[in-house]
Amino acid sequence: LVFTEEDKYGLYSHLLFKYFLAEGVVCGHDLFVASAKEHPDNILKELPAPLLDDTYRNELGEEATAVKSNDFQDSMKIAWRYQNLPKMEASPTSTKFGHYYDVSKTMSPELFQSTKWHSFYLPEELSSQPKMKSCNMNSAYIRLLQSIQRIIYQEGFDGSDPQKKQKTILRIGIQSLGSMLWGDDICSSETPEDTHSLTKFLYVLRGLLRKSLSACIITLPAHLIQNKAIMERVTNLSDTVVGLESFIGSERETNPLYKDYHGLVHVHQIPRLNSLICDVSDTKDLAFRLKRKQFTIERLHLPPDLSDTVSRASKQDLAESAKLLSSGCGAMAIGKKHLDF
Amino acid sequence: QGKFTLLRDTRTDGSFLVHHFLSFYLRAGCKVCFLALLQSFSHYNIVAQKLGVSLAAARERGQLVFLEGLKSCLDLLFGEETEEEQTGQPSPLQFISESASNLKALFDFVQTSLTPTSGDSWKGPVLLVDDLSVLLSLGAAPVAVLDFIHYCRVAVCSQLKGNIVVLVHSNEDSEDEENELVVNSLCHHSDLILWVEGLATGFCKDVHGEIKIIKRVSLELRAEQDHVQIYQYKIQDKNVTFFARGLSAAVL
Repeated sequence: LVFTEEDKYGLYSHLLFKYFLAEGVVCGHDLFVASAKEHPDNILKELPAPLLDDTYRNELGEEATAVKSNDFQDSMKIAWRYQNLPKMEASPTSTKFGHYYDVSKTMSPELFQSTKWHSFYLPEELSSQPKMKSCNMNSAYIRLLQSIQRIIYQEGFDGSDPQKKQKTILRIGIQSLGSMLWGDDICSSETPEDTHSLTKFLYVLRGLLRKSLSACIITLPAHLIQNKAIMERVTNLSDTVVGLESFIGSERETNPLYKDYHGLVHVHQIPRLNSLICDVSDTKDLAFRLKRKQFTIERLHLPPDLSDTVSRASKQDLAESAKLLSSGCGAMAIGKKHLDF
Repeated sequence: QGKFTLLRDTRTDGSFLVHHFLSFYLRAGCKVCFLALLQSFSHYNIVAQKLGVSLAAARERGQLVFLEGLKSCLDLLFGEETEEEQTGQPSPLQFISESASNLKALFDFVQTSLTPTSGDSWKGPVLLVDDLSVLLSLGAAPVAVLDFIHYCRVAVCSQLKGNIVVLVHSNEDSEDEENELVVNSLCHHSDLILWVEGLATGFCKDVHGEIKIIKRVSLELRAEQDHVQIYQYKIQDKNVTFFARGLSAAVL
């Protein structure tokens, strides 16, 4: 169960959501899209086009060789101790895991035709009667759960019917859960009427996912939820929690520290399934940027602090922001406005 | 015998302790009732096999009573025939569908599973819960959860002379007041607290966290302070290594 906290304007989380679904199409998985905001047909029409392996590899290959030949001979003079460290790769060159997508083009209909997909658009479903036993949950959530369970059962993803052997998985995407469009008021008031609907929904969904061959991504406008206790409980109930923080409209947009990036990626939790340990990556500072064709997530690295003309005030800002990086090495030096000697 | 152990984690995941206690008690030959509310049976099975215990075999010979919370909840909500008709007993997670926040069905389940039957030859009963904070997410009131634990203590610790191990999550500046209420109350009543925390300085590859072992000697009316021991640990694939603070293998 992958949980994404939306950024303020929902731009980037929507992109991530579409990537998830597009990956499903390319891998031949079945899709289930649920939304209360936008009709799933429209969402599915806007999936980014996958990049065919050959062309992309060539592009990347050219870039990589160009870079290599340029500074192969440069040896570091001041920071020579770092010379022995491997060069950081900004873009992975030869991974076979997953596909790359071109954000400026939409997926062609032929590629999409062979995919089996199911949709759940809340305004259309409100008229049907819920058949599930009542459990004090928001009725929209009940209908969604029922729909998911029905698809899982009918298409044989849960292995209950030995004749319907499924060879593929079901990718479920739920957009903007918890927002007011789903009839839940946790986003609008601090003491909502029913604090447990969302968490109960997630628990039952988790049960459905564990029982069947499916994976799910949910986006949620976390910045709107006033009651933080709910977010803590939601984090406990999910396997993976990723937060996207975009710089649009915030003071960080003009901060020189972040000038190359459009936002930060916070990985709050990673799954610890079937083993005692989990695969924790080396760094926890990730940032994303949206170029014309590509959406990349990379390690956040500080731009070199080169110029002398940078005023003292912004140097302090840089140092303050650098403190926020959780690099595990404790307190970093605080830049003071007036140097004491 | 008759001890209540609280596993508490802050900023990190303390479930490795649950796996440890599960395999520990099964190897010791105790009858274990495990309320697994958050993960599936296969998850625990795979980890237990790495630790050298087979949960499936234990379940078959009756040593382990496993309540798979997720599956039970699905059966309750989507099942066509109610479990009452099937097994003659109400579903342990009935409180999810009922408006009354009453965990009595869950307690009955625990009691029936741990009460020794005539053919049993197991050593003391053990109740293991992973994790209690989920009950609050599912709509149980904090008072109901505390009542449930109290009833379990009376039945398991006092009457059957067994042990209870419970995992809860907590955060220092948590805004989840109901959870903090439950955790603080349980802390006061526990005989042993194992508090697992992530390092305050942030993430580190070699030291995954710190564990504080608090023996509540002060409960025994001997006018002594609680014994507190602090170690740091690193989790590996089949093992967890503990060492004194600052003496991680990476440093030495």
